[in-house]
Amino acid sequence: MIRQFTSAEFLFLLMAVRWTLLLSAIAFVGGALGGVLVALARTSPYAWLRAVAGTYIQIFQGTPLLMQLFLVFFGATMLGGGIDPLTAAAIGLTLNGAAFLGEIWRGCIQAIPKGQWEASTALGLHYVTRMREIILPQAAKIAVAPTVGFLVLLVKSTSLASIIGFVELTRAGQIVNNATFRPFLVFGIVAAIYFVLCWPLSLYSRHLEKKFGTVSR
Amino acid sequence: MTSPASLSPASGAAGSVRPPESGAVMIRMEKVEKWYGTYHALQDINLTVTAGERIVICGPSGSGKSTLIRCINALEHHQGGRIEVDGTEVGASSKGLDKVRAEVGMVFQSFNLFPHLTVLQNCTLAPRKVRGIAPKEAEAIAMKYLERVRIPEQANKYPGQLSGGQQQRVAIARALCMNPKVMLFDEPTSALDPEMVKEVLDTMISLAQDGMTMICVTHEMGFARQVADRVIFMDKGEIVEQGPPETFFANPANERTRTFLGQILHH
Repeated sequence: MIRQFTSAEFLFLLMAVRWTLLLSAIAFVGGALGGVLVALARTSPYAWLRAVAGTYIQIFQGTPLLMQLFLVFFGATMLGGGIDPLTAAAIGLTLNGAAFLGEIWRGCIQAIPKGQWEASTALGLHYVTRMREIILPQAAKIAVAPTVGFLVLLVKSTSLASIIGFVELTRAGQIVNNATFRPFLVFGIVAAIYFVLCWPLSLYSRHLEKKFGTVSR
Repeated sequence: MTSPASLSPASGAAGSVRPPESGAVMIRMEKVEKWYGTYHALQDINLTVTAGERIVICGPSGSGKSTLIRCINALEHHQGGRIEVDGTEVGASSKGLDKVRAEVGMVFQSFNLFPHLTVLQNCTLAPRKVRGIAPKEAEAIAMKYLERVRIPEQANKYPGQLSGGQQQRVAIARALCMNPKVMLFDEPTSALDPEMVKEVLDTMISLAQDGMTMICVTHEMGFARQVADRVIFMDKGEIVEQGPPETFFANPANERTRTFLGQILHH
């Protein structure tokens, strides 16, 4: 029995958006926390720490996110701990986000002119003060736009969580399609919803880029 | 604007610098060596600076003069020999390094003010964070030195709103707020428009008159004549010649010094 695509089906899709948003939010916060550590490690004075962070970034940038989600999901199961799809997706996206945000922010930290490091060092400021008071506030300004840009990518990446069975927007689309057999309509609507989520972010990113694009000197 | 009288050494209290402990050795460099890869940037540098002494270092670009002063506060690390600042060896321990950096003020060619902080915040940051001075007191100290460099009215502006000459004077005030024993100047007027050079040099001259121990890398030979106790000429990482300005400019002993002076004085 094929169901009609009615407002109930549409509502089902809309309700799934909250899971997409929740997963995005968890992954963004987690990725941001990890990303700060990765960025600091990548710019640290210790070669071994830079190497560790560099390897981490290479691994997560060099493999598909889908494989990372599989490895977290099935890896946890294999290790005996059952893991629900949301947790697995959140962990996978967090690890992935930390690598990408870490690399974006490393660039922002290194974009701060060398003179700023030298002046703060010559004044006797220590690493933590130097970072907190001088480097990071300036780096944050140039980081805002690419960070929001990454957030757009992240929202769309959450669709991969559908494959490990987490019912977010994409998975909800698959479920509705399986019942209604209206793939073009269903996935068209799903895509449109993603667009509505991401487009304002893209606009905002562009706006921020104009506002903060250059470090005032 | 403060009156010119406030620039004389007698003016004391307002913004005066630390008086020299006469004759004490402030900086001692012995057999200092520095390489960048295979490039020999500093060769066998021996230099002793006593408290209150004013040194001007000149030389062609790439001669190692900036590298020399940057080794004193360990912005560059020397690889051979020994550097001491006020009895503390540079590079022997990180604690010693902190002490040296807190006692040595530095002014850069490109000012290097912190663009996201106001002039006042630029001046109070290090006294608060390094010396642990309370914010109110740090602000009072900062205002004292901003008056000293005759720019107190700009305290709440951001560096980007100031002219180059004003920025460089703020940079000098920022360094003075740490009450340093020595001031290093790394081509402080080279990035300035010609009409702004004088205001920065005047500030440096007034510092010198107050007895600040200073090492200045500069090509301002008028400044050297007027202020320096000793002029040092460097070439290819070596100290080629040094002497009081009268003899240095009148009778340079070394051919390389003569060539260099000929190039910068007659054009």
